[in-house]
Amino acid sequence: MIGPLRTKLKKLDVFTVVNTTILFGITLICLLPIINIVAISFSSKTAAAAGEVAFWPKEFTIAAYKFLLRRTEFWRAMGVTLKRVALGGCLTMLITLLTAYPLSKSESEFRGRTAFTWIFFFTSLFGGGLIPGYILITQLGLMDSIWALVLPAGVQVFNIVVLLNFFRQIPKALEEAAIIDGANHLTILFRIFVPNSLPAIATITLFVMVGHWNSWFDGLLFMNFPENYPLQTFLQTMIIGKDFSIISWSDVIGRNEISEKTVQSAQIFIGALPIMMVYPFLQNYFVKGLIIGSVKE
Amino acid sequence: MLLPALILVIIFSYIPMYGVVIAFQNFNPALGLFGNQEWCGWNNFISLFELPNTWHVIWNTVYLASMKMFLGIITAVGVSLLINEVKLKWYKRYVQTVIYLPNFLSWIILSGIFINILSPQDGIVNNIIAALGGDKIFFLGDNTWFPRILIATDVWKNFGFGTIVYLASISSIDLQLYEAAEIDGANRLHKMRFITLPGMKMIIVLMMVLSLGNVLNAGFDQVFNLYSSVVLESGDILDTLVFRLGIGEAQYSIATAAGLFKSAVSLFLISASYLWAYKFANYRIF
Repeated sequence: MIGPLRTKLKKLDVFTVVNTTILFGITLICLLPIINIVAISFSSKTAAAAGEVAFWPKEFTIAAYKFLLRRTEFWRAMGVTLKRVALGGCLTMLITLLTAYPLSKSESEFRGRTAFTWIFFFTSLFGGGLIPGYILITQLGLMDSIWALVLPAGVQVFNIVVLLNFFRQIPKALEEAAIIDGANHLTILFRIFVPNSLPAIATITLFVMVGHWNSWFDGLLFMNFPENYPLQTFLQTMIIGKDFSIISWSDVIGRNEISEKTVQSAQIFIGALPIMMVYPFLQNYFVKGLIIGSVKE
Repeated sequence: MLLPALILVIIFSYIPMYGVVIAFQNFNPALGLFGNQEWCGWNNFISLFELPNTWHVIWNTVYLASMKMFLGIITAVGVSLLINEVKLKWYKRYVQTVIYLPNFLSWIILSGIFINILSPQDGIVNNIIAALGGDKIFFLGDNTWFPRILIATDVWKNFGFGTIVYLASISSIDLQLYEAAEIDGANRLHKMRFITLPGMKMIIVLMMVLSLGNVLNAGFDQVFNLYSSVVLESGDILDTLVFRLGIGEAQYSIATAAGLFKSAVSLFLISASYLWAYKFANYRIF
Protein backbone atom coordinates (compact mmCIF):
# COMPACT_ATOMS: atom_id res chain seq x y z
CA MET A 1 0.00 0.00 0.00
CA ILE A 2 2.70 2.46 1.02
CA GLY A 3 5.07 1.36 -1.76
CA PRO A 4 2.98 2.23 -4.84
CA LEU A 5 1.77 5.43 -3.20
CA ARG A 6 5.31 6.53 -2.65
CA THR A 7 6.37 5.84 -6.24
CA LYS A 8 3.33 7.74 -7.40
CA LEU A 9 4.31 10.73 -5.28
CA LYS A 10 7.87 10.49 -6.54
CA LYS A 11 6.75 10.47 -10.18
CA LEU A 12 4.60 13.48 -9.56
CA ASP A 13 7.52 15.24 -7.98
CA VAL A 14 9.86 14.80 -10.94
CA PHE A 15 7.27 16.28 -13.24
CA THR A 16 6.54 19.14 -10.85
CA VAL A 17 10.21 19.91 -10.30
CA VAL A 18 10.99 19.97 -14.04
CA ASN A 19 7.92 22.04 -14.82
CA THR A 20 8.60 24.51 -12.01
CA THR A 21 12.22 24.86 -13.10
CA ILE A 22 11.37 25.48 -16.75
CA LEU A 23 8.83 28.12 -15.80
CA PHE A 24 11.28 29.75 -13.43
CA GLY A 25 13.78 29.92 -16.30
CA ILE A 26 11.16 31.56 -18.49
CA THR A 27 10.41 34.20 -15.86
CA LEU A 28 14.15 34.87 -15.58
CA ILE A 29 14.35 35.42 -19.34
CA CYS A 30 11.58 37.98 -18.98
CA LEU A 31 13.13 39.75 -16.01
CA LEU A 32 16.90 39.67 -16.50
CA PRO A 33 17.12 42.26 -19.32
CA ILE A 34 15.19 44.70 -17.15
CA ILE A 35 17.22 43.88 -14.04
CA ASN A 36 20.43 44.44 -16.00
CA ILE A 37 19.38 47.98 -16.91
CA VAL A 38 18.32 48.76 -13.36
CA ALA A 39 21.66 47.45 -12.07
CA ILE A 40 23.57 49.61 -14.54
CA SER A 41 21.60 52.69 -13.55
CA PHE A 42 22.70 52.23 -9.93
CA SER A 43 26.32 51.48 -10.79
CA SER A 44 29.32 53.71 -11.11
CA LYS A 45 30.51 55.02 -14.44
CA THR A 46 33.66 52.89 -14.49
CA ALA A 47 31.88 49.65 -13.61
CA ALA A 48 29.25 50.27 -16.30
CA ALA A 49 31.84 51.15 -18.94
CA ALA A 50 33.90 48.07 -18.15
CA GLY A 51 30.81 45.91 -18.68
CA GLU A 52 31.17 44.49 -15.18
CA VAL A 53 27.58 45.02 -14.16
CA ALA A 54 25.34 41.99 -14.50
CA PHE A 55 22.28 41.75 -12.30
CA TRP A 56 23.42 43.58 -9.21
CA PRO A 57 24.76 47.16 -9.06
CA LYS A 58 28.52 47.51 -8.80
CA GLU A 59 29.96 50.39 -6.77
CA PHE A 60 26.42 51.40 -5.85
CA THR A 61 25.52 55.04 -6.47
CA ILE A 62 22.40 57.07 -7.11
CA ALA A 63 24.33 59.76 -8.96
CA ALA A 64 22.51 59.13 -12.24
CA TYR A 65 19.15 59.71 -10.57
CA LYS A 66 20.38 62.79 -8.75
CA PHE A 67 21.57 64.13 -12.08
CA LEU A 68 18.21 63.42 -13.75
CA LEU A 69 16.34 65.06 -10.91
CA ARG A 70 17.81 68.38 -11.95
CA ARG A 71 17.24 68.00 -15.71
CA THR A 72 14.36 70.31 -16.59
CA GLU A 73 14.02 68.77 -20.08
CA PHE A 74 13.29 65.40 -18.56
CA TRP A 75 10.65 66.68 -16.16
CA ARG A 76 9.02 68.87 -18.77
CA ALA A 77 8.59 65.78 -20.97
CA MET A 78 7.21 63.91 -17.96
CA GLY A 79 4.73 66.77 -17.48
CA VAL A 80 3.51 66.52 -21.08
CA THR A 81 3.02 62.78 -20.61
CA LEU A 82 1.08 63.19 -17.35
CA LYS A 83 -1.11 65.75 -19.06
CA ARG A 84 -1.88 63.49 -21.99
CA VAL A 85 -2.51 60.49 -19.74
CA ALA A 86 -5.00 62.46 -17.62
CA LEU A 87 -6.70 64.31 -20.47
CA GLY A 88 -6.66 61.40 -22.91
CA GLY A 89 -7.71 58.89 -20.26
CA CYS A 90 -10.78 60.93 -19.28
CA LEU A 91 -11.80 61.77 -22.83
CA THR A 92 -11.42 58.25 -24.18
CA MET A 93 -13.20 56.65 -21.24
CA LEU A 94 -16.12 59.07 -21.44
CA ILE A 95 -16.47 58.47 -25.17
CA THR A 96 -16.10 54.70 -24.75
CA LEU A 97 -18.92 54.62 -22.17
CA LEU A 98 -21.21 56.92 -24.12
CA THR A 99 -20.68 54.95 -27.34
CA ALA A 100 -20.78 51.40 -25.98
CA TYR A 101 -24.12 51.98 -24.23
CA PRO A 102 -26.33 52.67 -27.28
CA LEU A 103 -24.46 50.14 -29.40
CA SER A 104 -25.10 47.42 -26.79
CA LYS A 105 -28.84 47.67 -27.46
CA SER A 106 -30.54 45.38 -29.94
CA GLU A 107 -31.72 46.68 -33.29
CA SER A 108 -35.34 46.66 -32.07
CA GLU A 109 -34.51 48.93 -29.10
CA PHE A 110 -32.29 51.29 -31.06
CA ARG A 111 -32.90 51.51 -34.78
CA GLY A 112 -29.76 52.06 -36.79
CA ARG A 113 -27.63 50.37 -34.17
CA THR A 114 -26.11 47.93 -36.67
CA ALA A 115 -25.34 50.66 -39.19
CA PHE A 116 -23.65 52.80 -36.53
CA THR A 117 -21.66 49.83 -35.28
CA TRP A 118 -20.37 49.27 -38.80
CA ILE A 119 -19.39 52.92 -39.17
CA PHE A 120 -17.17 52.50 -36.13
CA PHE A 121 -16.01 48.99 -36.88
CA PHE A 122 -14.96 49.80 -40.43
CA THR A 123 -12.31 52.18 -39.12
CA SER A 124 -10.55 49.20 -37.56
CA LEU A 125 -10.52 47.40 -40.91
CA PHE A 126 -9.25 50.19 -43.09
CA GLY A 127 -7.30 53.36 -42.51
CA GLY A 128 -5.92 56.15 -44.60
CA GLY A 129 -2.41 55.52 -43.40
CA LEU A 130 0.34 57.71 -42.10
CA ILE A 131 0.54 60.54 -44.62
CA PRO A 132 -3.13 61.59 -44.88
CA GLY A 133 -3.34 61.55 -41.07
CA TYR A 134 -0.23 63.68 -40.79
CA ILE A 135 -1.46 66.19 -43.37
CA LEU A 136 -4.83 66.38 -41.64
CA ILE A 137 -3.23 67.34 -38.33
CA THR A 138 -1.11 70.03 -40.00
CA GLN A 139 -4.17 71.42 -41.78
CA LEU A 140 -6.24 71.44 -38.60
CA GLY A 141 -3.52 73.53 -37.02
CA LEU A 142 -3.04 71.01 -34.25
CA MET A 143 0.73 70.79 -34.63
CA ASP A 144 2.45 71.29 -31.28
CA SER A 145 -0.87 71.07 -29.46
CA ILE A 146 -1.62 68.50 -26.77
CA TRP A 147 -4.91 67.83 -28.58
CA ALA A 148 -3.02 66.24 -31.47
CA LEU A 149 -2.01 63.53 -29.00
CA VAL A 150 -5.41 63.19 -27.38
CA LEU A 151 -8.19 63.62 -29.95
CA PRO A 152 -7.12 61.05 -32.59
CA ALA A 153 -6.99 58.43 -29.81
CA GLY A 154 -10.43 59.43 -28.54
CA VAL A 155 -12.43 56.66 -30.20
CA GLN A 156 -10.91 53.24 -29.64
CA VAL A 157 -13.09 50.74 -31.41
CA PHE A 158 -11.61 47.61 -29.87
CA ASN A 159 -12.32 48.91 -26.36
CA ILE A 160 -15.83 49.97 -27.31
CA VAL A 161 -16.52 46.46 -28.61
CA VAL A 162 -15.15 44.85 -25.43
CA LEU A 163 -17.33 47.09 -23.28
CA LEU A 164 -20.48 46.69 -25.35
CA ASN A 165 -20.16 42.91 -25.15
CA PHE A 166 -19.82 43.31 -21.39
CA PHE A 167 -22.86 45.57 -21.18
CA ARG A 168 -24.95 42.94 -22.94
CA GLN A 169 -24.45 40.49 -20.11
CA ILE A 170 -26.07 42.77 -17.58
CA PRO A 171 -29.53 41.39 -16.74
CA LYS A 172 -32.30 43.20 -18.59
CA ALA A 173 -34.46 43.22 -15.46
CA LEU A 174 -32.20 45.82 -13.80
CA GLU A 175 -32.69 48.21 -16.67
CA GLU A 176 -36.43 47.61 -16.89
CA ALA A 177 -36.85 48.28 -13.18
CA ALA A 178 -34.99 51.57 -13.57
CA ILE A 179 -37.15 52.61 -16.52
CA ILE A 180 -40.27 52.00 -14.44
CA ASP A 181 -38.77 54.27 -11.80
CA GLY A 182 -38.47 56.95 -14.47
CA ALA A 183 -34.73 56.79 -15.14
CA ASN A 184 -33.40 58.17 -18.42
CA HIS A 185 -30.60 56.63 -20.48
CA LEU A 186 -27.80 58.62 -18.86
CA THR A 187 -28.97 57.55 -15.41
CA ILE A 188 -29.22 53.93 -16.52
CA LEU A 189 -25.72 54.07 -17.98
CA PHE A 190 -24.04 55.64 -14.96
CA ARG A 191 -26.14 54.16 -12.15
CA ILE A 192 -26.66 50.62 -13.45
CA PHE A 193 -24.32 49.71 -16.31
CA VAL A 194 -21.16 51.33 -14.98
CA PRO A 195 -21.33 49.90 -11.42
CA ASN A 196 -22.07 46.47 -12.86
CA SER A 197 -19.13 46.38 -15.22
CA LEU A 198 -16.29 47.70 -13.09
CA PRO A 199 -13.83 44.92 -14.03
CA ALA A 200 -14.23 45.72 -17.73
CA ILE A 201 -14.04 49.46 -17.14
CA ALA A 202 -10.94 49.08 -14.95
CA THR A 203 -9.32 46.96 -17.66
CA ILE A 204 -10.08 49.41 -20.44
CA THR A 205 -8.97 52.38 -18.36
CA LEU A 206 -5.70 50.60 -17.68
CA PHE A 207 -5.12 49.93 -21.36
CA VAL A 208 -6.03 53.46 -22.40
CA MET A 209 -3.71 55.01 -19.83
CA VAL A 210 -0.86 52.63 -20.59
CA GLY A 211 -1.39 53.37 -24.28
CA HIS A 212 -1.04 57.10 -23.66
CA TRP A 213 1.97 56.62 -21.42
CA ASN A 214 3.70 54.48 -24.04
CA SER A 215 2.85 56.52 -27.15
CA TRP A 216 5.83 58.14 -28.80
CA PHE A 217 5.28 58.21 -32.54
CA ASP A 218 2.53 60.83 -32.49
CA GLY A 219 4.79 63.04 -30.40
CA LEU A 220 7.57 62.67 -32.95
CA LEU A 221 5.20 63.43 -35.84
CA PHE A 222 3.05 66.21 -34.46
CA MET A 223 5.46 68.12 -32.22
CA ASN A 224 7.91 70.39 -33.97
CA PHE A 225 9.52 71.62 -30.78
CA PRO A 226 11.28 69.21 -28.43
CA GLU A 227 9.85 71.03 -25.41
CA ASN A 228 6.44 69.64 -26.40
CA TYR A 229 7.64 66.04 -26.57
CA PRO A 230 5.99 63.56 -24.23
CA LEU A 231 8.38 61.40 -22.21
CA GLN A 232 8.53 58.43 -24.58
CA THR A 233 9.25 60.64 -27.58
CA PHE A 234 11.90 62.43 -25.55
CA LEU A 235 13.46 59.08 -24.66
CA GLN A 236 13.23 57.94 -28.28
CA THR A 237 15.16 60.92 -29.59
CA MET A 238 17.68 60.69 -26.76
CA ILE A 239 18.38 56.99 -26.51
CA ILE A 240 17.64 55.69 -29.97
CA GLY A 241 17.83 58.70 -32.25
CA LYS A 242 20.90 59.89 -30.35
CA ASP A 243 19.74 63.45 -30.86
CA PHE A 244 21.90 65.29 -28.38
CA SER A 245 20.76 68.72 -29.41
CA ILE A 246 17.88 68.36 -26.96
CA ILE A 247 19.92 67.83 -23.87
CA SER A 248 23.44 68.98 -23.39
CA TRP A 249 25.84 66.29 -22.34
CA SER A 250 28.68 68.66 -21.63
CA ASP A 251 28.01 68.59 -17.91
CA VAL A 252 27.93 64.80 -17.97
CA ILE A 253 31.29 64.43 -19.62
CA GLY A 254 33.29 66.22 -16.97
CA ARG A 255 31.97 64.12 -14.09
CA ASN A 256 33.45 60.93 -12.87
CA GLU A 257 30.51 59.24 -11.19
CA ILE A 258 28.00 59.24 -14.10
CA SER A 259 28.17 58.54 -17.81
CA GLU A 260 25.79 58.64 -20.72
CA LYS A 261 25.19 54.94 -20.21
CA THR A 262 24.18 55.12 -16.56
CA VAL A 263 21.96 58.16 -17.13
CA GLN A 264 20.26 56.50 -20.12
CA SER A 265 19.63 53.41 -18.02
CA ALA A 266 18.13 55.52 -15.26
CA GLN A 267 15.83 57.21 -17.78
CA ILE A 268 14.72 53.87 -19.19
CA PHE A 269 13.92 52.64 -15.69
CA ILE A 270 11.94 55.73 -14.76
CA GLY A 271 10.04 55.45 -18.06
CA ALA A 272 9.05 51.88 -17.19
CA LEU A 273 8.53 52.26 -13.45
CA PRO A 274 4.95 53.57 -13.26
CA ILE A 275 3.72 50.72 -15.43
CA MET A 276 5.58 48.10 -13.44
CA MET A 277 4.03 49.48 -10.29
CA VAL A 278 0.46 49.74 -11.50
CA TYR A 279 -0.31 46.67 -13.58
CA PRO A 280 0.21 43.84 -11.04
CA PHE A 281 -2.57 45.33 -8.94
CA LEU A 282 -4.93 45.40 -11.89
CA GLN A 283 -3.91 41.97 -13.13
CA ASN A 284 -6.95 40.16 -11.74
CA TYR A 285 -9.19 42.73 -13.32
CA PHE A 286 -7.67 42.70 -16.75
CA VAL A 287 -7.56 38.94 -17.06
CA LYS A 288 -11.21 38.72 -16.04
CA GLY A 289 -12.24 41.74 -18.10
CA LEU A 290 -10.52 40.54 -21.25
CA ILE A 291 -11.98 37.07 -21.07
CA ILE A 292 -15.56 38.04 -20.34
CA GLY A 293 -15.46 40.86 -22.85
CA SER A 294 -14.08 38.86 -25.71
CA VAL A 295 -15.43 35.35 -25.23
CA LYS A 296 -19.07 34.98 -26.16
CA GLU A 297 -21.27 31.97 -26.48
CA MET B 1 -24.76 59.90 -27.01
CA LEU B 2 -23.08 58.73 -30.17
CA LEU B 3 -22.42 62.24 -31.41
CA PRO B 4 -18.96 62.93 -29.90
CA ALA B 5 -17.61 59.60 -31.11
CA LEU B 6 -19.15 60.10 -34.56
CA ILE B 7 -17.58 63.53 -34.95
CA LEU B 8 -14.15 62.26 -33.89
CA VAL B 9 -14.37 59.24 -36.15
CA ILE B 10 -15.38 61.34 -39.16
CA ILE B 11 -12.56 63.81 -38.61
CA PHE B 12 -9.76 61.48 -37.59
CA SER B 13 -10.67 58.29 -39.48
CA TYR B 14 -12.90 59.03 -42.44
CA ILE B 15 -11.20 62.20 -43.66
CA PRO B 16 -7.81 60.42 -43.73
CA MET B 17 -9.53 57.60 -45.60
CA TYR B 18 -10.63 60.15 -48.17
CA GLY B 19 -7.04 61.38 -48.00
CA VAL B 20 -5.83 58.30 -49.85
CA VAL B 21 -6.66 60.26 -53.02
CA ILE B 22 -3.21 61.77 -52.46
CA ALA B 23 -1.89 58.51 -53.91
CA PHE B 24 -3.47 59.43 -57.25
CA GLN B 25 -2.30 63.04 -57.26
CA ASN B 26 0.89 64.99 -57.63
CA PHE B 27 0.18 66.28 -54.16
CA ASN B 28 1.07 69.84 -53.33
CA PRO B 29 0.79 70.34 -49.55
CA ALA B 30 0.25 74.08 -49.93
CA LEU B 31 -3.14 73.42 -51.55
CA GLY B 32 -4.29 71.07 -48.81
CA LEU B 33 -6.29 67.83 -48.67
CA PHE B 34 -9.36 69.30 -50.35
CA GLY B 35 -7.45 71.56 -52.69
CA ASN B 36 -7.53 71.47 -56.45
CA GLN B 37 -4.70 68.98 -56.94
CA GLU B 38 -3.25 67.68 -60.15
CA TRP B 39 -4.32 64.08 -60.80
CA CYS B 40 -1.91 61.52 -62.17
CA GLY B 41 -3.74 58.19 -62.19
CA TRP B 42 -1.69 55.18 -61.14
CA ASN B 43 1.65 56.83 -61.80
CA ASN B 44 2.64 56.89 -58.12
CA PHE B 45 2.03 53.17 -57.81
CA ILE B 46 4.07 52.54 -60.94
CA SER B 47 6.98 54.58 -59.57
CA LEU B 48 6.61 52.86 -56.19
CA PHE B 49 6.96 49.39 -57.66
CA GLU B 50 9.79 50.53 -59.88
CA LEU B 51 11.83 51.52 -56.83
CA PRO B 52 14.62 48.96 -56.53
CA ASN B 53 13.71 47.86 -53.01
CA THR B 54 9.93 47.78 -52.89
CA TRP B 55 9.43 44.07 -53.54
CA HIS B 56 12.25 43.22 -51.21
CA VAL B 57 10.66 45.34 -48.49
CA ILE B 58 7.32 43.60 -48.98
CA TRP B 59 9.08 40.25 -48.65
CA ASN B 60 10.80 41.38 -45.43
CA THR B 61 7.45 42.53 -44.07
CA VAL B 62 5.63 39.28 -44.79
CA TYR B 63 8.53 37.15 -43.58
CA LEU B 64 8.99 39.00 -40.27
CA ALA B 65 5.26 39.23 -39.57
CA SER B 66 4.63 35.55 -40.29
CA MET B 67 7.56 34.32 -38.25
CA LYS B 68 6.58 36.48 -35.29
CA MET B 69 3.01 35.25 -35.39
CA PHE B 70 3.86 31.59 -35.87
CA LEU B 71 6.55 31.39 -33.19
CA GLY B 72 4.50 33.66 -30.92
CA ILE B 73 1.52 31.32 -31.00
CA ILE B 74 3.64 28.20 -30.49
CA THR B 75 5.44 29.73 -27.52
CA ALA B 76 2.24 30.98 -25.92
CA VAL B 77 0.53 27.61 -26.30
CA GLY B 78 3.55 25.76 -24.90
CA VAL B 79 3.89 28.03 -21.89
CA SER B 80 0.14 27.84 -21.24
CA LEU B 81 0.40 24.06 -21.06
CA LEU B 82 3.19 24.37 -18.50
CA ILE B 83 1.38 27.00 -16.42
CA ASN B 84 -1.74 24.86 -16.40
CA GLU B 85 0.19 22.10 -14.62
CA VAL B 86 1.32 24.35 -11.77
CA LYS B 87 -0.56 23.42 -8.62
CA LEU B 88 0.92 26.02 -6.28
CA LYS B 89 -1.33 29.06 -6.47
CA TRP B 90 1.23 31.69 -5.53
CA TYR B 91 3.78 30.31 -7.98
CA LYS B 92 1.26 30.34 -10.80
CA ARG B 93 0.46 33.93 -10.01
CA TYR B 94 4.13 34.88 -9.86
CA VAL B 95 4.79 33.32 -13.28
CA GLN B 96 1.79 35.04 -14.85
CA THR B 97 2.58 38.43 -13.36
CA VAL B 98 6.15 38.30 -14.63
CA ILE B 99 5.42 37.11 -18.16
CA TYR B 100 2.69 39.71 -18.71
CA LEU B 101 5.11 42.54 -17.86
CA PRO B 102 6.99 42.98 -21.17
CA ASN B 103 3.70 43.43 -23.01
CA PHE B 104 3.05 46.65 -21.11
CA LEU B 105 6.41 48.27 -21.81
CA SER B 106 6.83 50.40 -24.92
CA TRP B 107 9.26 49.57 -27.69
CA ILE B 108 11.13 52.72 -26.71
CA ILE B 109 11.91 51.27 -23.29
CA LEU B 110 12.56 47.82 -24.68
CA SER B 111 14.70 49.05 -27.56
CA GLY B 112 16.74 51.04 -25.08
CA ILE B 113 17.21 47.85 -23.07
CA PHE B 114 18.03 45.61 -26.03
CA ILE B 115 20.42 48.10 -27.64
CA ASN B 116 22.22 48.12 -24.31
CA ILE B 117 22.40 44.40 -23.60
CA LEU B 118 23.16 43.44 -27.21
CA SER B 119 25.88 46.05 -27.65
CA PRO B 120 29.09 44.63 -29.15
CA GLN B 121 31.22 46.83 -26.89
CA ASP B 122 29.87 46.43 -23.37
CA GLY B 123 26.57 44.56 -23.66
CA ILE B 124 26.07 41.74 -21.21
CA VAL B 125 25.17 39.18 -23.91
CA ASN B 126 28.43 39.71 -25.76
CA ASN B 127 30.33 39.72 -22.48
CA ILE B 128 28.94 36.29 -21.74
CA ILE B 129 29.79 35.09 -25.26
CA ALA B 130 33.32 36.43 -24.86
CA ALA B 131 33.70 34.82 -21.43
CA LEU B 132 32.72 31.49 -22.97
CA GLY B 133 35.42 31.97 -25.59
CA GLY B 134 33.19 32.96 -28.54
CA ASP B 135 33.48 35.90 -30.90
CA LYS B 136 31.46 39.00 -30.17
CA ILE B 137 28.47 39.49 -32.44
CA PHE B 138 27.07 42.84 -33.60
CA PHE B 139 23.49 41.61 -33.31
CA LEU B 140 21.80 44.80 -34.46
CA GLY B 141 24.27 45.54 -37.24
CA ASP B 142 24.40 42.19 -38.97
CA ASN B 143 21.94 41.21 -41.67
CA THR B 144 21.85 37.56 -40.59
CA TRP B 145 21.25 38.33 -36.94
CA PHE B 146 19.00 41.37 -37.18
CA PRO B 147 15.81 39.58 -38.36
CA ARG B 148 16.36 36.86 -35.75
CA ILE B 149 16.62 39.49 -33.04
CA LEU B 150 13.45 41.18 -34.28
CA ILE B 151 11.55 37.90 -34.18
CA ALA B 152 12.99 36.77 -30.83
CA THR B 153 12.39 40.06 -29.03
CA ASP B 154 8.87 40.29 -30.41
CA VAL B 155 8.05 36.79 -29.15
CA TRP B 156 9.69 37.72 -25.84
CA LYS B 157 7.44 40.78 -25.49
CA ASN B 158 4.15 39.19 -26.49
CA PHE B 159 4.04 35.48 -25.62
CA GLY B 160 3.10 36.04 -21.99
CA PHE B 161 0.10 38.13 -22.75
CA GLY B 162 -0.86 35.60 -25.43
CA THR B 163 -1.21 32.90 -22.77
CA ILE B 164 -4.32 34.62 -21.32
CA VAL B 165 -6.50 33.41 -24.16
CA TYR B 166 -5.11 29.88 -24.11
CA LEU B 167 -5.37 29.53 -20.33
CA ALA B 168 -8.99 30.66 -20.57
CA SER B 169 -9.71 27.98 -23.14
CA ILE B 170 -8.00 25.33 -21.00
CA SER B 171 -10.20 26.25 -18.05
CA SER B 172 -13.28 25.43 -20.09
CA ILE B 173 -12.21 21.83 -20.76
CA ASP B 174 -14.51 19.27 -19.13
CA LEU B 175 -12.88 17.96 -15.94
CA GLN B 176 -14.53 14.56 -16.35
CA LEU B 177 -12.21 13.90 -19.28
CA TYR B 178 -9.23 14.11 -16.93
CA GLU B 179 -10.90 11.85 -14.35
CA ALA B 180 -11.68 9.24 -17.00
CA ALA B 181 -8.09 9.37 -18.25
CA GLU B 182 -6.76 8.90 -14.71
CA ILE B 183 -8.83 5.75 -14.29
CA ASP B 184 -7.32 4.51 -17.55
CA GLY B 185 -3.87 5.08 -16.04
CA ALA B 186 -2.86 8.27 -17.82
CA ASN B 187 -0.05 10.31 -16.28
CA ARG B 188 0.23 14.10 -16.46
CA LEU B 189 2.14 14.10 -19.73
CA HIS B 190 -0.48 11.85 -21.29
CA LYS B 191 -3.26 14.13 -20.11
CA MET B 192 -1.45 17.18 -21.43
CA ARG B 193 -0.89 15.55 -24.79
CA PHE B 194 -4.26 13.84 -25.28
CA ILE B 195 -6.74 16.06 -23.44
CA THR B 196 -5.47 19.60 -22.86
CA LEU B 197 -3.82 20.14 -26.23
CA PRO B 198 -6.72 18.76 -28.30
CA GLY B 199 -9.06 20.83 -26.14
CA MET B 200 -7.21 23.96 -27.30
CA LYS B 201 -7.32 23.03 -30.98
CA MET B 202 -10.23 25.32 -31.76
CA ILE B 203 -8.73 28.41 -30.15
CA ILE B 204 -5.31 27.79 -31.73
CA VAL B 205 -6.80 27.56 -35.22
CA LEU B 206 -8.89 30.64 -34.49
CA MET B 207 -5.90 32.68 -33.35
CA MET B 208 -3.95 31.64 -36.44
CA VAL B 209 -6.79 32.60 -38.75
CA LEU B 210 -7.29 35.96 -37.04
CA SER B 211 -3.58 36.74 -37.24
CA LEU B 212 -3.75 36.48 -41.04
CA GLY B 213 -4.93 40.08 -41.16
CA ASN B 214 -1.61 41.19 -39.71
CA VAL B 215 0.63 39.76 -42.41
CA LEU B 216 1.68 43.25 -43.47
CA ASN B 217 2.11 44.49 -39.89
CA ALA B 218 5.70 43.64 -39.11
CA GLY B 219 5.86 45.99 -36.12
CA PHE B 220 6.81 49.57 -36.93
CA ASP B 221 7.60 50.58 -33.35
CA GLN B 222 10.07 47.77 -32.93
CA VAL B 223 11.83 47.96 -36.30
CA PHE B 224 12.02 51.74 -36.36
CA ASN B 225 13.73 51.84 -32.97
CA LEU B 226 16.15 49.00 -33.57
CA TYR B 227 17.19 49.30 -37.19
CA SER B 228 19.90 51.38 -38.82
CA SER B 229 21.14 51.91 -42.35
CA VAL B 230 23.41 48.84 -42.24
CA VAL B 231 20.51 46.45 -41.71
CA LEU B 232 18.04 48.02 -44.14
CA GLU B 233 18.48 45.04 -46.43
CA SER B 234 17.12 42.56 -43.91
CA GLY B 235 15.04 44.82 -41.69
CA ASP B 236 13.28 47.42 -43.80
CA ILE B 237 9.50 46.93 -43.77
CA LEU B 238 6.57 48.69 -45.47
CA ASP B 239 5.82 50.98 -42.55
CA THR B 240 9.40 52.18 -42.17
CA LEU B 241 9.58 52.71 -45.94
CA VAL B 242 6.43 54.84 -45.81
CA PHE B 243 7.91 56.87 -42.96
CA ARG B 244 11.21 57.52 -44.72
CA LEU B 245 9.58 58.38 -48.03
CA GLY B 246 6.76 60.45 -46.59
CA ILE B 247 8.06 62.18 -43.49
CA GLY B 248 11.78 61.91 -44.19
CA GLU B 249 11.79 62.94 -47.83
CA ALA B 250 8.34 64.63 -48.03
CA GLN B 251 7.39 62.49 -51.05
CA TYR B 252 3.77 62.50 -49.91
CA SER B 253 2.20 60.92 -52.98
CA ILE B 254 4.43 57.86 -53.28
CA ALA B 255 4.36 57.31 -49.52
CA THR B 256 0.55 57.46 -49.52
CA ALA B 257 0.51 54.99 -52.40
CA ALA B 258 2.65 52.59 -50.37
CA GLY B 259 0.40 53.08 -47.35
CA LEU B 260 -2.73 52.54 -49.45
CA PHE B 261 -1.27 49.35 -50.91
CA LYS B 262 -0.77 48.10 -47.37
CA SER B 263 -4.23 49.16 -46.15
CA ALA B 264 -6.00 47.68 -49.15
CA VAL B 265 -4.29 44.30 -48.90
CA SER B 266 -4.87 44.28 -45.13
CA LEU B 267 -8.56 45.09 -45.56
CA PHE B 268 -8.90 42.11 -47.86
CA LEU B 269 -6.98 39.79 -45.52
CA ILE B 270 -8.78 40.90 -42.36
CA SER B 271 -12.20 40.53 -43.98
CA ALA B 272 -11.27 37.08 -45.29
CA SER B 273 -9.96 35.98 -41.90
CA TYR B 274 -13.06 37.21 -40.04
CA LEU B 275 -15.34 35.46 -42.54
CA TRP B 276 -13.30 32.30 -42.21
CA ALA B 277 -13.29 32.47 -38.43
CA TYR B 278 -17.04 33.02 -38.44
CA LYS B 279 -17.63 30.03 -40.71
CA PHE B 280 -15.38 27.56 -38.92
CA ALA B 281 -15.48 28.66 -35.33
CA ASN B 282 -18.68 30.70 -35.26
CA TYR B 283 -16.54 33.61 -34.10
CA ARG B 284 -18.31 36.94 -33.92
CA ILE B 285 -16.83 40.27 -32.96
CA PHE B 286 -20.03 42.00 -31.90
